[in-house]
Amino acid sequence: MRVRLARIAHARSGDKADRIDIGLFAYDAATWPVLVREVTAERVAQHFAWMARGPVACHILENILALKFVIDGALQGGAARNLRSDNLGKTAAAVLLRMEIDIPDEEAARLPRLQSGA
Amino acid sequence: MRTVRIGAGLGFYGDSWLPVRAAIERGEVRYIGSDHLAELTLAILQKDRARDPVAGFTRDLVPMLTALWPLAEPRRVRFVLNAGGLNPLAARDALVTAFEARGWRPRIAVVTGDNLLERVDELRAAGVSLAHLDSGADIAAVRERLVFANAYLGARPIADALAAGADIVLTGRVADAALFLGPLVHEFGWAWDDWDRLAQGLTVGHLLECSGQGSGGNFGSAGDWATIPDLSHIGYPIAEVREDGVAVITKAPGTGGRVDFDTVRQQLLYEVHDPRRYLSPDVVLDMGSLRLTDLGADRVEVRGARGLPRPETLKVVAGYEDGWMGSTVVGFCWPDAWRKAEATAAMVRRALGEQSMAVDDFHVEYLGLDTFLGPHADRSRLEELNEVWLRVAIRTPDRRVADGLGRQFPWLALSGPPYMGGFHGITPASRLLGLWPALVPRQEVEREVRVSVTS
Repeated sequence: MRVRLARIAHARSGDKADRIDIGLFAYDAATWPVLVREVTAERVAQHFAWMARGPVACHILENILALKFVIDGALQGGAARNLRSDNLGKTAAAVLLRMEIDIPDEEAARLPRLQSGA
Repeated sequence: MRTVRIGAGLGFYGDSWLPVRAAIERGEVRYIGSDHLAELTLAILQKDRARDPVAGFTRDLVPMLTALWPLAEPRRVRFVLNAGGLNPLAARDALVTAFEARGWRPRIAVVTGDNLLERVDELRAAGVSLAHLDSGADIAAVRERLVFANAYLGARPIADALAAGADIVLTGRVADAALFLGPLVHEFGWAWDDWDRLAQGLTVGHLLECSGQGSGGNFGSAGDWATIPDLSHIGYPIAEVREDGVAVITKAPGTGGRVDFDTVRQQLLYEVHDPRRYLSPDVVLDMGSLRLTDLGADRVEVRGARGLPRPETLKVVAGYEDGWMGSTVVGFCWPDAWRKAEATAAMVRRALGEQSMAVDDFHVEYLGLDTFLGPHADRSRLEELNEVWLRVAIRTPDRRVADGLGRQFPWLALSGPPYMGGFHGITPASRLLGLWPALVPRQEVEREVRVSVTS
């Protein structure tokens, strides 16, 4: 099945210099390997290609079931010269949660957040 | 084993100090660490100081401490604040004046030495290139346009100030988490090469430095944000830290917000660009071995931080003038709302060209449609939108051009596309700044760091 990340993960973004960083968190351990497999640095770079030059780095933290993405060239040079309404990249986490991924039905049946009718 | 409780103050210049009252009155804290300086705040303070030599600190300092000191003093709660900004000595003088008028005489310490703007040439002559940390570019390119340049100091001068008996420590630029690490080192006497404990203290500081973001505020999620209790009366996070560094993140009883595994781990990674090598002036933190344990009842235990030796360099962030922004917003009603907004943007762009108003960038947004989500927005009802708002923003080296953008709009009310509303006047140009991150050998900065205490 195809699901938006917002159904299975939560996220917060911030900025430093010309980079946006996004923490993406699996709600539960069953979802964690799905995120690691599907939400790769390459995939995130494509997703943000409309607003960021890249490249994108991904850090994997299994101890807190999190992925950390750092997107270069994402703020038109930096927050204080960025013409966008969201000059600080605070909404970039929501942009990431909008991403759709495909999960085999069998695996989806084991993910708690997809059973709750959410 | 001894423990100490330390609470979060502000998370930025403009944040609310009302939640800090609960931490002092009911949270049993001994210290409040308060972060007033985002990466760009020094640019705002520089403008203040240019107008007035005794300005340049964050103006929330005096009203905040005037409100909180009467609660803090009888409980012996001490404050560490980077509200000194570009002018910590003037911040102290303003605070002393306000306090003396009320008969209050706390011992105040001031940390200076972070401000490198007047030392840029001296440092370069001494062989410190201050080259751009990412691009490697020579700082000569922006030397004449620099408006601030500050090194991030660490926790040591803060711990020294507390050891000298300060009730209130005022600093300029320090690493945000140092506002919390300093009191912990002072309390427990941790050695400056006890890397794992310093790493625990840094983690605590990082979890507290953004006020409500560490206790359920701005919880980035679909749906779940609405389940966080009583954000109106959020309790900023409090850390209960043991002598061995193990800590519990919590908040004052009877406050809103939430401290659980989800809210804490979201803050843990916030603005961390390499979780296995999170650099600070005092220690390099590896988060890969951290364990967060949800104890229930708004308590999360933090342990397992691994520390690596501190870097030999300190980070400097400088800001330089980088042109001007003009921006204007105007709304359009159905029918054809989006088409009219698009046509108007094209007319404005043409008008700038015909008047030889040169711009480096011409940025168009349709507020309410796709400003944040871009191509990931749902545009299926584009032709039938109820309304949409056009925002045009330009970047230009010429202030007059930025100021002139707004004047391209009023005449459209009678001579442009129909059903335009909500033009709220012409916004003056705003100054744009480029950021210049660089490194400096720590001894070049540290030999100028001073802690002065008044009683």
